[in-house]
Amino acid sequence: MATTVLGTAAVRRRTTRTGDELARLITWAFAAGILLVTLLLVWQLWSTSALTRHKFGFHFLFSSTWNPVTEEFGALPFIYGTVVTSFLALMISIPLGLGSAIFLSELAPARISNALTFLVELLAAIPSVIYGLLALFALVPLMRSYGDPLLKHTLGFLPLFKGPAFGFGVLTAGIVLSIMTVPFIISVSREALLAVPREQREAALALGATRWETTWQVVVPYAKLGILGSIFLGLARALGETMAVTMVIGNDPKISASLLDTGYSIAAVIANEFSEAPGATYQSALIELGLVLFFLTVVINGLARLMIVATTKKGSKR
Amino acid sequence: MASVLAVGTAQFAAAQKINGAGATFPAIIYQKWFDEYHKLHPDIQINYQSIGSGGGVAQLTAGTVDFGASDYPLTDDQASKMKVKVLHFPTVLGGVVPAYNIPGITQDLKFTGETLAGIFLGNIKKWNDPSLTKDNPGVKLPNEDIQVVHRSEGSGTTFCFTDYLSKISPEWKSKVGAAGSVSWPVGTGGKGNEAVAGTIKQIPNSIGYVELGYAVQTKMLYGSVRNAAGNFVKCDFNSVTEVAAGAAKTMPADFRVSITNAPEKNAYPITTFTWLLVPTKIPDAGKATAIKGFLQWMLTDGQKFAAGLGYAPLPKEVVAKETKQIAEIK
Repeated sequence: MATTVLGTAAVRRRTTRTGDELARLITWAFAAGILLVTLLLVWQLWSTSALTRHKFGFHFLFSSTWNPVTEEFGALPFIYGTVVTSFLALMISIPLGLGSAIFLSELAPARISNALTFLVELLAAIPSVIYGLLALFALVPLMRSYGDPLLKHTLGFLPLFKGPAFGFGVLTAGIVLSIMTVPFIISVSREALLAVPREQREAALALGATRWETTWQVVVPYAKLGILGSIFLGLARALGETMAVTMVIGNDPKISASLLDTGYSIAAVIANEFSEAPGATYQSALIELGLVLFFLTVVINGLARLMIVATTKKGSKR
Repeated sequence: MASVLAVGTAQFAAAQKINGAGATFPAIIYQKWFDEYHKLHPDIQINYQSIGSGGGVAQLTAGTVDFGASDYPLTDDQASKMKVKVLHFPTVLGGVVPAYNIPGITQDLKFTGETLAGIFLGNIKKWNDPSLTKDNPGVKLPNEDIQVVHRSEGSGTTFCFTDYLSKISPEWKSKVGAAGSVSWPVGTGGKGNEAVAGTIKQIPNSIGYVELGYAVQTKMLYGSVRNAAGNFVKCDFNSVTEVAAGAAKTMPADFRVSITNAPEKNAYPITTFTWLLVPTKIPDAGKATAIKGFLQWMLTDGQKFAAGLGYAPLPKEVVAKETKQIAEIK
């Protein structure tokens, strides 16, 4: 009798072990699969862009000529456009997104918070071409009639807001991108803020902190990693966004000091020109741009992660 | 019911599947053609992917499709890379028109090749430039900056337009050149006819170029262009087809020809063919027969669909020449 009980226990233990082992293998395979896909992607981009990598070398990164007729290609205006529009987008969407997330998690009544969060998540699901069309037909005229003239009138002494302006351009693209990244920042930041233990808030309040002091000095720092994660998610979307950007940025490969001027981004030029790119050099140049975008994303994310490490260390010393 | 089933299975058994890929500009009429032809011949099914002329040529070179389609004829270099000789079959014609948005101006403006080149080079900067007012007496052109709009993606439309400007202006030819996408000296780019049209509507005092079919369907204001004979011609389907009829006399046997800046009296100067690219040797006999049958139909009954979908039909002179070429497919 006793032996049979022992026996079933042993069997059960053994099955759980094989189950664990199986789960470990499967999840390991999935994780390896993602790494493999990334590596294949890089390898494919690397090998199919061999022609222009050999022809132009590092000059490709620093040249601002883009002439399909003479087959001279340089990536600089596209890199500039991608970085500047993404930066502008984050400048706008970080305060907006973080502010909304704090309101939704700390201040709003639960019912309103849930309803608004649902709406925000809907925003994240809208296809980018819809944002692009809305921007083309609604934002561009607004910028041309009000936004650009206002900026020129008030801040026109800065080179950032000089020169011709007709609604299309880097700033407009940045604004569209900020609208597209804000739902990610709100949604993920709110989750991070809600995950802060109740005791943290209660302790701060008990020590005599006001509600705002509790939020800003206790809750937000506690949720910092989650908030930064939401910003990375937004940044990734901004760097790779194609349709919405190409519809409003002006699609003009140039580097202009003015944010009101037209520009171009890496994703936009690939989408625009790849299908009708005759000639091996031309196609190779567009593929190399894809490679540049990949490395750009890695570098920017890497820098951001370094920043986190630096700030977290500073925090812990205190 | 039983007969429907029987037809269904018979169709399935003998189905001849043909794959093609290429140009986006004629995609609307190609889809219509393949659909109509399938209704007439249920055993033949032609799939067409409008992935762009460049992609069409690449896939045909690699041998992954049965035929290609392109808005520009193959260059000698591209033709030499094909494993078998490829025939060019012009299918329909398109015209490219200068469309503009100048507040207060509702009449048709007149352009010459020189003024168009000047505007798109950035040499003519204001609407009241003497070269523009000279051709448009009685029109009060404003003292405003011209905002240029062009296509941002590679397209047959851009090829046709830049090919024309290269023929007219030596400066254009040396500085910019003719291609599906070029390095534009000035202006804002829009993706597709719809974005160019949208951008023109958005920006006051702007000018751009769009396909005739698109301009007609969306009722855009567009100007007439002076042709090689010195007449200002407003583009319509007739003035486009007439160009091709004239060009048929001097057309090379392989149909690789640019028909911009045609010499006829009433010819509109910015026009182009679009081509189907068909290999001369098709190993599968069934496929070869099916493709030949389709080409024959496309040149006759198929042409009737053109005008309704925004394309100009082929003139009978070109149809006659192409019909002879079908025999070269083996």
